[in-house]
Amino acid sequence: MNDQWIFGLTMTIVGMGGTLLSLWLLSVLIGLLKKVFPYHKEHAHPKR
Amino acid sequence: MLWESVLTALGGLGAGVTQLTLPHIFMILIGCALLYLGIGRGIEPLLFVPIGFGAILVNIPLAALMEEGGFLRTLYNMGIITELFPILIFIGIGAMTDFGPLLENPRILLLGAAGQFGIFLTLLLALGLGYTPLESLAIGIIGACDGPTAIYVTSTYAPHLLGSVSVAAYSYMSLVPIIQPPIMRALTTEREKKIMMHTVKKSVSRNTKILFPVLVTLFTALVAPLGVPLMGALMLGNLMKESGVVERLANTSANEIANIVTLLLGLTIGATMEANQFLTVRTLGIFALGFIAITLDTAMGVLFGKLMCFATGGRVNPLIGAAGISAFPMSARVVQTVGFEYNKKGHLLMHAMGANTGGQIGSVMAAAIMLSIVGGMGLI
Repeated sequence: MNDQWIFGLTMTIVGMGGTLLSLWLLSVLIGLLKKVFPYHKEHAHPKR
Repeated sequence: MLWESVLTALGGLGAGVTQLTLPHIFMILIGCALLYLGIGRGIEPLLFVPIGFGAILVNIPLAALMEEGGFLRTLYNMGIITELFPILIFIGIGAMTDFGPLLENPRILLLGAAGQFGIFLTLLLALGLGYTPLESLAIGIIGACDGPTAIYVTSTYAPHLLGSVSVAAYSYMSLVPIIQPPIMRALTTEREKKIMMHTVKKSVSRNTKILFPVLVTLFTALVAPLGVPLMGALMLGNLMKESGVVERLANTSANEIANIVTLLLGLTIGATMEANQFLTVRTLGIFALGFIAITLDTAMGVLFGKLMCFATGGRVNPLIGAAGISAFPMSARVVQTVGFEYNKKGHLLMHAMGANTGGQIGSVMAAAIMLSIVGGMGLI
């Protein structure tokens, strides 16, 4: 297998895996963020 | 004596005609075709009008607009070489984008990852066709369906392909409503197309919306630091929008700055379409591979949607996977239209919007990861 293909396969495996893993982690972090700062209706419409 | 002087002067006036070659004429016709697409057919007019005119300008012999000191060369050096134009565009995109539907259902971000797989598969195809590794990266990124990202990556890896990659990216983005539906129909069953998804509630706090862009930027900085300029710009725009305290800046980013940079970016992309660089068999290859990239992205998104459908016990309609690309909001509308054909009561738009904004983040993340891998391998 020449260098060109090694580069291509490395990029494909690490790129696809890295993108999927990063976005999964990001989705978990967003979930946590939502838990830490939950939505409260009164916050959206504060009483005057 | 006077007669000779007049003849010499006339010779100077007609020099452009004598220097005009068939490739120049062909490229000027291509510029005119882009103008027709933009003006006559309304296809991506904001980009195709300046690109088309730039292509005409740069192929006028002796005008020397792309020589050192020419105004197109100055713009190119100022905005493309420095990568400033795509970054400024990203601030505007961030200021225009509502990530609310994505924040409501963060799992949908995975579709934004699957929608980028075509980039990497196309890269392999490009390598197989004899393009160099860096050229292959630039070609693969057409699959991101994201003009500024494609321009950013191409200007870094393969600036000589900038014209063809950019025109291919914007052309296929505008063809999303034609390219995607047959793939979506072919890869899903009748039952899957009819799946109803629960209504998205607006239940994201303001704090979450404000902290989201900061979180994404810091996360990108840790995972793929070379992608921070792109992601940081996108998230800065979004932070300004969501904070609500710098409305003038957010509006300026989304309107004036985005408009001015779009004009300059279009012109400079057109300026890279010089006959001797653009009229090659490789350009045709780039267009063919770009089409394959977007097709593969759509297919991978829908297939991942099917996986999510299976994993959630049939609660996810796989059609929304097609919106995991960055063509926003066109792709989400396509999903809504196709879904509505099969189930008049099912409204997929908000879910598709979530996947589509996920695709925007996904495309930037994929580019960031590519940059970091290539940086790690010492290729740039």
